[in-house]
Amino acid sequence: MKQDNSFVQFKKIDKSYDGEVLVVKNLNLDIAKGEFVTMLGPSGSGKTTTLMMLAGFETPTNGEIYLDSMPISKIPPYEREIGMVFQNYALFPHMTVQENLAFPLEVRKISKSETKEKVQKALDMVELGNFGTRFPAQLSGGQQQRVALARALVFEPRLVLMDEPLGALDKNLREQMQYEIKHIHDRIGITVVYVTHDQSEALTMSNRIAVFNDGVVQQLSTPDILYEKPENSFVAKFIGENNTLNGVVKEINGNVCTVDLESGYGSVKALKINVDNVGDKTQLSIRPERVIIDSTKSEANNFSGTIEELIYLGDHIRARLDVCGNNEFIVKVPNEGSFSHKEGDKLNLSWNPDDVRALDI
Amino acid sequence: MPIGDMLLRSVDDSQINTVFPKTFEEYRKWDKSKDELPPEEVYKALFQELASGDKVKVGRALTRMNYSKSGWKSLIKKTSRAIKKAVKKDELPDNYKEFLIETNEKWADPTYWYAMGQMINNTTSIYYWNAIDRTFDENLNVVQQEENRRVYVQTWIKTLKVSVYVTAFCLILGFPVAHLLANLPLRYSNLLMIFVLLPFWTSLLVRTTAWIVMLQQNGVINGVLVWLGIISEEGRLSMVYNETGTLIAMTQILLPFMILPLYSVMRVIPKSHMRAAQNLGAKPAMAFWKVYLPQTIPGMSAGGLLVFVLAIGYFITPELVGGKDGKLIGSWIAYHLKTTLNWGLTAALGAILLGFMLIFYWLYNKIVGIDNIKLG
Repeated sequence: MKQDNSFVQFKKIDKSYDGEVLVVKNLNLDIAKGEFVTMLGPSGSGKTTTLMMLAGFETPTNGEIYLDSMPISKIPPYEREIGMVFQNYALFPHMTVQENLAFPLEVRKISKSETKEKVQKALDMVELGNFGTRFPAQLSGGQQQRVALARALVFEPRLVLMDEPLGALDKNLREQMQYEIKHIHDRIGITVVYVTHDQSEALTMSNRIAVFNDGVVQQLSTPDILYEKPENSFVAKFIGENNTLNGVVKEINGNVCTVDLESGYGSVKALKINVDNVGDKTQLSIRPERVIIDSTKSEANNFSGTIEELIYLGDHIRARLDVCGNNEFIVKVPNEGSFSHKEGDKLNLSWNPDDVRALDI
Repeated sequence: MPIGDMLLRSVDDSQINTVFPKTFEEYRKWDKSKDELPPEEVYKALFQELASGDKVKVGRALTRMNYSKSGWKSLIKKTSRAIKKAVKKDELPDNYKEFLIETNEKWADPTYWYAMGQMINNTTSIYYWNAIDRTFDENLNVVQQEENRRVYVQTWIKTLKVSVYVTAFCLILGFPVAHLLANLPLRYSNLLMIFVLLPFWTSLLVRTTAWIVMLQQNGVINGVLVWLGIISEEGRLSMVYNETGTLIAMTQILLPFMILPLYSVMRVIPKSHMRAAQNLGAKPAMAFWKVYLPQTIPGMSAGGLLVFVLAIGYFITPELVGGKDGKLIGSWIAYHLKTTLNWGLTAALGAILLGFMLIFYWLYNKIVGIDNIKLG
């Protein structure tokens, strides 16, 4: 991403509430126009604080945020022209749905007829055209969510922020809303900054994901790269399912390294990602679906594991194995009807060196 | 039950009818347009009923009669003695009318007889008329009280005025306090809450007398103002024993009743609402006015109604700090209840007060809607 291409730009942002602990540390983040960027991370990782700084409800301790190349730290929230969907929607309970939507237009002194038209258009967009005269309390959670979304978009902001907007919905509705938000984004092409702690939500919706931990962006990338090529063990563990084996780097050869596993279980050939020197401790990361079972090929990385638990999940069988001292080793076996092993059986396992990543510990 | 009893008492006039049933019966036959004084039969019946009447019952009846015209009590007492004497000597008069007029010339005064006319029914509205400075004339028409006896109407107006002012002041002072309570960090809001509740736990009398100490001419506030040179020694403000004192003390005493319901409503208004409003483009003042304030209406109305209801019937504080012109209707109720023992009038005043409350409740329900009230 080029500098001049960025619509929202965080430059060296620090944020501290008490002057001692930094909740956001040296944040640099560029977001392009029309992009859907998700800030993903566990609670307390600084993602919501970052969003609040962008909305103007918190001020950065150091650094500057640019919106469309203009520094915005001095601009009060009501002049930023940034729409926001709050965690609990923050719909005004004493106003009807229409009045809620008309509110941002009224304060902008937009004429009555135009307001009416825009409100109706926004309601139609979220498929709530007939609900305008209801009060928020008369709507279901999903409908309230849509109203909040429509309200954040009705005044045509430069940017929309969403702070865990689907957190209060049940699972099915949440998935449905994910697609809906994504489709609305595709249709109107607005820039969205989304905050969530739910990785599947982030993977489903985003163009790019910034994984937050401890106030620092661990990795900023597209969903597929994040999943397939995590750059550190936090990202590997946080996104998707992940098997880990600990060891020490024995040999480095270009972008491949050989790692001796702990307790003498043998050595593994892996991609060198986040290790520098021979002798460094490392954590190997292997995705469950990349483990090859009953392999007769004598490639590198042949090991055996004992089945501890089998869980039948319809399309695949989830096997928990004891491999090289790790009894939380998960393997996903596609349900092709040929898998006949039972708990307690030993399996031959192998994996391609390209599918193993040597990360930090 | 007590309310029903009170309402009954405010119109009840049956007790006197059990003492003078015959007299009243004869009285009804008197044609006032023809004869200046009642006919002989009335005098006779009165004579007989006084002669045979139970002393206690007659005594009570006298109290009642005195309400409609002062002078009745002594007149009947004197007459009673004369009648008893005559009965004892077995000297029944030939002409009762002449006999009575002879014992006391007031029996020839028709105004006494007119006053009796007010009492001959089992029910009466006189107490209600009294409660708004009206009385009956000889023909039972409603007329104004004599000028120097008019006290209630002005007291009613003052009571309403003071209640409205106290409610308004409580709202103005209570709103920011409640807002702070609901929004300060827990540490500070707990401390503030104690300051709000502390006076609540102190005796009402102590607080009221404390205000006397604070407000009197040689009191703390005047002292400080003189010391600061804001007012001169001669210009000491009189802030107590008048309406000002009543207003100040009542506002302070009733303030928690405004703060607490407001607080409980404000506490549950999510902070994100103000943020959302600003995010949508409203300046903070606008966000407050359009988004925050409307959501506090249930608390404002609960507190307002509570304070108003308490203020309108308030008695101890106005009695102590109100002096002569700071007295409210509650003081009169207490006065008639304890001192004059005119329970009929007491009940009528109380019933009117109740009526006011119901009217306000109804109005309130019309304007705000009673479902909108929220005490927490």
